[in-house]
Amino acid sequence: MILKINNLHAGIGEKTILKGINLEVRTGEVHAIMGPNGSGKSTLASVLAGRETVTVTEGEIFYNGKNLLEMSPEERSKEGLFLGFQYPIEIPGVSMVAFMKAAVNEHRKYRGLEPLSASDFLKLMREKKELVGIDSKLANRSVNEGFSGGEKKKNEIFQMAMLEPKLSILDETDSGLDIDALRIVANGVNKLKRPDSSSIVITHYQRLLDYIVPDIVHVLYDGRIVKTSGKELALELEEKGYNWIQKEVNQN
Amino acid sequence: MEDNQDKLLNEVTSGDYKYGFYTDIDSEQAPKGLNEDIIRLISSKKEEPEWLLEFRLNAFRYWRTQKMPGWANLKIPDINFQDIIYYSAPKQKSKSNGSDDIDPELKKTFDKLGIPLEEQKHLSGVAVDAVMDSVSVKTTFKETLAEVGVIFCSFSEAVKEYPDLVKRYLGSVVPYRDNYFAALNSAVFSDGSFCYIPKGVRCPMELSTYFRINAANTGQFERTLLVADEESYVSYLEGCTAPIRDENQLHAAIVEIVAEKNAEVKYSTVQNWYPGDKNGNGGIFNFVTKRGMCKGENSKISWTQVETGSAITWKYPSCVLKGDNSVGEFFSVAVTNNYQQADTGTKMIHLGKNTKSTVVSKGISAGHSQNSYRGLVRMSRNAAGARNFSQCDSLLLGDKCGAHTFPYIETDNKTAIVEHEATTSKIGEDQIFYCNQRGINTDDAIGLIVNGYAREIINKLPMEFAVEAQKLLQISLEGSVG
Ligand SMILES: Nc1ncnc2c1ncn2[C@@H]1O[C@H](COP(=O)(O)OP(=O)(O)O)[C@@H](O)[C@H]1O
Ligand SMILES: [Mg+2]
Repeated sequence: MILKINNLHAGIGEKTILKGINLEVRTGEVHAIMGPNGSGKSTLASVLAGRETVTVTEGEIFYNGKNLLEMSPEERSKEGLFLGFQYPIEIPGVSMVAFMKAAVNEHRKYRGLEPLSASDFLKLMREKKELVGIDSKLANRSVNEGFSGGEKKKNEIFQMAMLEPKLSILDETDSGLDIDALRIVANGVNKLKRPDSSSIVITHYQRLLDYIVPDIVHVLYDGRIVKTSGKELALELEEKGYNWIQKEVNQN
Repeated sequence: MEDNQDKLLNEVTSGDYKYGFYTDIDSEQAPKGLNEDIIRLISSKKEEPEWLLEFRLNAFRYWRTQKMPGWANLKIPDINFQDIIYYSAPKQKSKSNGSDDIDPELKKTFDKLGIPLEEQKHLSGVAVDAVMDSVSVKTTFKETLAEVGVIFCSFSEAVKEYPDLVKRYLGSVVPYRDNYFAALNSAVFSDGSFCYIPKGVRCPMELSTYFRINAANTGQFERTLLVADEESYVSYLEGCTAPIRDENQLHAAIVEIVAEKNAEVKYSTVQNWYPGDKNGNGGIFNFVTKRGMCKGENSKISWTQVETGSAITWKYPSCVLKGDNSVGEFFSVAVTNNYQQADTGTKMIHLGKNTKSTVVSKGISAGHSQNSYRGLVRMSRNAAGARNFSQCDSLLLGDKCGAHTFPYIETDNKTAIVEHEATTSKIGEDQIFYCNQRGINTDDAIGLIVNGYAREIINKLPMEFAVEAQKLLQISLEGSVG
């Protein structure tokens, strides 16, 4: 079991957003979390990554058997948890090379490894750029600065490739992508999949799931997981929209 | 969200000053206080000619008629000028056998500061003039430079060896009447560097001066004079540090630069005077007048400064663009943290035709500090076709600090063009979290973000110093965002 969430309640300021989430992800599994806008998908991702703006009021989370809520965001990262942001942040003037070098070497230090030499590092960057299939000029630019929406998303997948996470959470990595970019992103994710790694793919549409085939699909609605099923659920949602879920929930 | 930002800020504002040690060495000192006798004493210690003593006394008499300037956006405590020692020279033990070996204690001091004074230890070939308190203790690579005709020595030596050059240029760019601190410096300046690049010479190595304040209760009043003759080029760097003390110490320097026709001077500063402690106790009061004169046509003077130290900084490296087509540049990063105050900027005085100036100022404020940019662009009547572009950016870490911009534009020529842009931004919690999520801790994240913000300026520094400056930016903000 890589991730176990028990009865998670969390909110921002006075507002309660997550109202009792339960979720289990086993090693090697791909989970999809779907749900209408504002249901709390990004908030859940933020809690998992340790963002302090979100306050956990109840519940517990175990990551590889460890109490995740006691770990700092950077420790979670170094323990192999990766978040692909729905809205990647721009850091003007900081080159992708400098940024990734700092990140990769922090991860290595955590594992007791020496920092990579400049040439080894650049070699690694080249390999991963090819693997993910992104424009090689991307790496010479400042972190996300002036990137198009699609470039930002591809850059998240590239960073994921560099850090080789055990659990990757991709928050609407597909939104705002044209079909070619979507393929690049999905291919990247599929190529990076290892038997010992798991992913949580957060998405609004079923489209991405044509390319990344999930083992399990969850529907998050108003801060709760209201439905969990196999990949057929995604198709059903695509067909019928979210309204029937809403009705079902209201009936219960 | 706000709480979180505050916490982040508290963590980053507690970096330590690494150069705060004190060297226990005997020194020869003048008694405390400032009067004509003290000035005569300094002048006689340096075996100066009569004209220079006259210059000092005139400056002193003028200074006595003046008041401390109050226009800066600074809270300056009263300075008791009679409570300061104006001359303090470390006693060197081994000057005996004619060699210019330096005292082992002093050598150790500069080694510790990362400024080796043995020429063979310099990988990159940077010539250094090392100044401790009131005297220059060693200038390296003098002979190598002399081979191409470059004069690089302490100011005191220049007065003895090249009196004509000194007399011709001293005070020609910054007259002693220029301002209160310029008058004070002109009266009591003790040492500094002198540099002359002859016609047509591209100086083969970087020149630098390293200023160290060591003795307690003393002020440092150094003077640098840099003359680049026609068609010459030099890149010059200045660095400075001081011990950690509870009292404030005064530093009032003058730098004068003259660039003749087609000459180019690049002057870079990494200012790291002791900034005071977290509660604002101690630190250097840094009142500096720096000015370059682009005297000949097509000449160029470029100031680059990375300011991280000092309790109070009052400094406006400026260019007088006299020669037609001459170019002035000012690139600055000023960091203030804790209770530091900085009022810094530049003056670009366009006198000649088609003169150009560029100003890029990046202020970074953290803690309870106040950081002001003050800049004047003057287009005089004859400055036809002159252009200025100014960009002033402020970055705030937290909400207890202040950033201010005071641009002054005076135009007497209709064909001159002045452009001014200003931005203010905050380091976002989202930027820091993004770095954290990739495994980078908050201090390092701030280091990265701040260095990214200042990159345009850092890139102007000579390579070796750019790396130092990057570390310095990070260290001076450590613990300031939490
Ligand atoms: N910083 C914030 N402050 C207050 N409410 C927020 C904040 N961020 C998100 N919310 C609210 O929390 C709810 C869930 O948002 P989010 O997790 O972004 O949903 P999703 O990702 O599923 O679209 C929404 O109602 C949204 O308005
Ligand atoms: Mg979302």
